[in-house]
Amino acid sequence: AAAMAFTLYALLQAALLFVNAIAVLHEERFLRNVGWGTEQGIGGFGEEPGIKAQLMNLIRSVRTVMRVPLIAVNSITIVLLLLFG
Amino acid sequence: MAYHQGYGGQGSKHRGRGPLVPPAPDPHQLFDDTSAGFPHAQGTPGSGIDMGFNTLLADPMANVAVAYGSSIASQGKDIVHKEIHRFMSVNRLKYFFAVDTAYVTKKLALLLFPYAHQNWEVRYSRDTPLTPRQDINAPDLYIPSMAFITYILLAGIALGLQQRFSPEVLGMCASTAFVWVVIEVLALLLSLYLVTVQSDLTAFDLLAYSGYKYVGMILAVLGGLLFGSDGYYVALAWTSCALMYFLARSLRMKLHPSLVPDGMGHPRGAGRGQTYVTLGAAACQPLIVYWLTFHLVR
Repeated sequence: AAAMAFTLYALLQAALLFVNAIAVLHEERFLRNVGWGTEQGIGGFGEEPGIKAQLMNLIRSVRTVMRVPLIAVNSITIVLLLLFG
Repeated sequence: MAYHQGYGGQGSKHRGRGPLVPPAPDPHQLFDDTSAGFPHAQGTPGSGIDMGFNTLLADPMANVAVAYGSSIASQGKDIVHKEIHRFMSVNRLKYFFAVDTAYVTKKLALLLFPYAHQNWEVRYSRDTPLTPRQDINAPDLYIPSMAFITYILLAGIALGLQQRFSPEVLGMCASTAFVWVVIEVLALLLSLYLVTVQSDLTAFDLLAYSGYKYVGMILAVLGGLLFGSDGYYVALAWTSCALMYFLARSLRMKLHPSLVPDGMGHPRGAGRGQTYVTLGAAACQPLIVYWLTFHLVR
């Protein structure tokens, strides 16, 4: 039997959980202690940003962009899961 | 005559007419009342039907309804087109399906034996890449989609031969294969963004390159069906190597042309990341091919 049988719905759920995980990373309490704060990543002007800077930029932009839509999508998902299990 | 009056509801108006003249259509009547003209229409049934159609179209309510409906339909079509155009450009999608038979055969041969091919560049004409009809190296979405459907059918056959077939399993197989390709495309997009490579690889290009593995999967499953377990592993090894080589050469050619015209000192750092991404993508292919097919061949 297929070990990991995916449906499209499972992919959507996984994506939603992943984006939620990124949105939950708190700027002050966590990222700054680890060294992934947004002020620490910007290198010199004109240099090519490394992978770490790109990743931090990605986290910050995902958090800024997806904050409001995530509220809506999460609420809908909660209601649907309550109704249909 | 009493029947005629009750039906029309406008008895006083019709009393003045002759008994065989059909009344003029008025808005309160839904159907044309041909009861008065029935003996007249019996001799010529065709003209009775014509009279029915003519009066239906001449009825202003029906006319208005038809015109309104057609305008609504065209408006809806425009809205649908606009919305679809916001998400994906239909022209870009049409580019990927502009293939012909010669291209398909040569591309399939290339996917299975890429070691003899010399020139891997995608040729351009005035800033736009050439269509797959004119350039063998251009990616297309026709082969991946056809191969995907063939793979589903082959999976059904393989499962049926092992008495494990049921329509739900087939649907699960299809969606699993599709989801894995989507995951791979997303991972590729993410890694390309992280290494800040300047390339013109769109999501559809990556979808095409990832979809080429379906051809390898078909061959692996066929080998397993025809020649048993040994045939499966031989076909898997052959198609994996060919696919890895094909993908490595194609991606390298697509990601690296920025080196040549630029001349700046940047490529050193970016080149390393690009190489890693290319090699990583190529190395993942046999894993995914194995993962998606081994449960079909026992």
